[in-house]
Amino acid sequence: MADDLVNIEVDGVAIKAKKGEMLIRATDAAGAYVPRFCYHEKLSIAANCRMCLVEIEKAPKPMPACATPVAEGMKVFTKSPRAIGAQRATMEFLLINHPLDCPICDQGGECELQDLAVGFGRDASRYDERKRSVQDENLGPLIATDMTRCIQCTRCVRFTQEIAGIQELGMIGRGENVKVRTYIESTVNHELSGNVIDLCPVGALVSKPYRFSARAWEMSSTALISPHDPVGTNLFAHTLRGKLMRVVPRENEAINETWIADRDRFSYEGIYAADRLQQPMVRRGGEWVETDWESALLQAAEGLKARAADSGVLVSSCATLEELYLAQRLARGLGTNNVDHRLRQRDFRDQAADPVFPGLGMPVADVDALDALLVIGSHLRREAPILAHRLRKAGRRGAQVSFLNPAQFPYLFPVQSYRVAGAAEMVAELAAVLGAAASATGKAVPAHLAGIVGGAQVGEAHRAIAQSLLSGEKRAVWLGALAGRHARFADLRSLAAALAALTGAKLGRIAEGGNAAGAYLAGAIPHREPGAVAVQHPGLSARDMLGTALRAYLLVGGIEPSVDALDPESVRTLGKAELVVAITPFASPEMKAVAHVLLPMCSFAETSGTYVNCSGTWQSQQGAAAPVGAARPGWKILRVLGNLLNLPGFEYQSSEEVLAEVRARCASVVPAGYQGSHAVSAAGAAEPGTLVDVPMYQSDAVVRRAPSLQRTREGRAPAVAY
Amino acid sequence: MSTQGKTDKSSVLSEHTRRELDHWIAKFPSGRQRSACIAGLRAAQEQNNGYLTPELMDAVAEYLQLPPIQVYEVASFYSMFETHPCGRHHVSICTNISCWLNGGDELVAHAENKLGIRTNQSTPDGRIFLKREEECLAACNGAPMMMVDHDFHENLTPEKLDAILDALK
Repeated sequence: MADDLVNIEVDGVAIKAKKGEMLIRATDAAGAYVPRFCYHEKLSIAANCRMCLVEIEKAPKPMPACATPVAEGMKVFTKSPRAIGAQRATMEFLLINHPLDCPICDQGGECELQDLAVGFGRDASRYDERKRSVQDENLGPLIATDMTRCIQCTRCVRFTQEIAGIQELGMIGRGENVKVRTYIESTVNHELSGNVIDLCPVGALVSKPYRFSARAWEMSSTALISPHDPVGTNLFAHTLRGKLMRVVPRENEAINETWIADRDRFSYEGIYAADRLQQPMVRRGGEWVETDWESALLQAAEGLKARAADSGVLVSSCATLEELYLAQRLARGLGTNNVDHRLRQRDFRDQAADPVFPGLGMPVADVDALDALLVIGSHLRREAPILAHRLRKAGRRGAQVSFLNPAQFPYLFPVQSYRVAGAAEMVAELAAVLGAAASATGKAVPAHLAGIVGGAQVGEAHRAIAQSLLSGEKRAVWLGALAGRHARFADLRSLAAALAALTGAKLGRIAEGGNAAGAYLAGAIPHREPGAVAVQHPGLSARDMLGTALRAYLLVGGIEPSVDALDPESVRTLGKAELVVAITPFASPEMKAVAHVLLPMCSFAETSGTYVNCSGTWQSQQGAAAPVGAARPGWKILRVLGNLLNLPGFEYQSSEEVLAEVRARCASVVPAGYQGSHAVSAAGAAEPGTLVDVPMYQSDAVVRRAPSLQRTREGRAPAVAY
Repeated sequence: MSTQGKTDKSSVLSEHTRRELDHWIAKFPSGRQRSACIAGLRAAQEQNNGYLTPELMDAVAEYLQLPPIQVYEVASFYSMFETHPCGRHHVSICTNISCWLNGGDELVAHAENKLGIRTNQSTPDGRIFLKREEECLAACNGAPMMMVDHDFHENLTPEKLDAILDALK
């Protein structure tokens, strides 16, 4: 260990630094601040801003700390007259062309250049020549540009090349004419593109939807968890007088590092959509009338009580753990197990063997270290952009990644093998991979799969995938959201589980929404109570509930059946019910056509609650924004409904009390994986055109209402079915 | 780099340009085809009478499996590449110190008057493009000098300049 360290001295203090690391890391670790613009921990070193110049003993001139490796005995002075002089000179150069428009710049108040100019700038410029101006470029609906402010640090360029994986920005021209551009004006389309807004140290790249709407110092910052995908991305919500103005990343090395997806960054616009439900509403005859909470809740409770035995509860997979838990308690209090969050799942045959909760079976950060992976049925960059980013890191490191998908989806790293198989052929393809793995290992295929594997046509590609899963230390097989929507999901999972067992890989699943794991643990499924306790007589699945009409429905969390359940028929089914109560932030025309009582609910940013991510990490948040109109947090609405239904134990005073109860009921849960032995037959082809690839910005009700996301290329993409 | 969705953008490259690209790609280790970018752009510019179009740059990018922006970066950086339509003969009169002391500026003025265009413009017949500015071309012993396409002309006088420009077809 000691061999890896060198002794250096920073401002007279002796410290140890890792051999070969750049000086700026050592000075940061020692707490000696060195100013910088172009250096960023997650990006390659450019050393082109020259702000981090420091004095090094025996060096003939100041050296950039970001690009100077530490050496034994090095003596560094970060605050010496020479170092400060070099830094001040660099600042003077940077300010020659940087406009003095801080009062009208969105970055003002949170600008690295502004901050450092206070420390290192002169009070007046010695230059009276004209400043250069640079034409702006339209980078699309998410990123606004003021390129005159650019200081050419190239963080954004390096981000698109190194992190996003597709270089969309570059440095055009040279010398004092150099500009950051796309050259041929084109929009930036990557799903993580918004991160260049945070990376930009000046106001050259700013958020287009947020622009000119608030000042950094006026807003309060509250920690949130993203509800849109199962990664559990950490966010900060910035609010001004209760209104959510913007969302920025919250660093969490174990989950999202410093990045967030555009979906997480810009979805907040959706919570202020025009069809946001402001007041409780009831339908009288054909008319919708606004009413007070008490009468709306009473009507809902009485209606549900009268039809208790023949009712069903559907909860969004983006709802909080507390909402999911109380929704299932309500259903079971009504005397039914008809409660589900799996709105897009079609095949429930093997659900008794479900894992305790759907997830990767490994920490999110461990995805970086995978050596081999087979992804089955996943448009990963849409489903979970942060996972796709981490997988790309693994792929670039040399991991052997293979895909089995119904279409060719773009990926941005070297892929071992990409098998395109129509929805109907996916089962046979996977069986062939399993067959190849069995012959490669000499192990027998489990008896319940022997039939289908015996009939499989094993080709070279299948053998290559099987072989890749047998090499390396950390290996996994993932079932994506597309696989989860497959008409033969149980077959795919049974085969994938056998393949994982045979090769020693971990079986993982990327579920829909931000809290599918929480939904399983909270018991928002028809076949299990909280804490993964199997029920004797499972209730109806979401698909069955929406297939033939029940007498009453309770919808929780902004469910819009025709899009969330992917079946336009489901709305018609709801239309036949005697009572539909929707606890929802939004009241779309479709919902108004079928519902009878609409109860306005807080959106994800307005409520306290907990999300469980795909690694089983529980993350709680406090509400950030003030509720819109008369909206109340989902858990409170469900609590009062429980009271009105005279259900015992509905006396919660806070969401924390609900959480404590869920925790207690999950205390003895052992996170077991899939334990099934579901037999797969060769027959039973999927109907073509039923495997829907939900566009990234159609995933849930809030995202669907975010206008800027809808204007992106991905937002305009139609849903495709295979 | 993604290798999917390859359309055939590189079809606008001439046979000669492709051969030139292959020749230069072969000079570098595999996977380092980015190094052939300058040579490829030079051939593409030649095939198009002296300037590059976005289509040509995209074609070079696709041929070398690079993101197009990386090719635009190179093309916009080097003064030998023109990215806007211009005349077919590139005339660069040096105005750096040695040439300047020997009348380089007067030569530029003479050429401008003679051709009726300013620097960074082309004659209407598309014959001559006067480059905006040329830094030292390392022929100070023959100052004042200029470069026409790939040839150096030294010890220039207004009369010699006239003769050289008149001879350009």
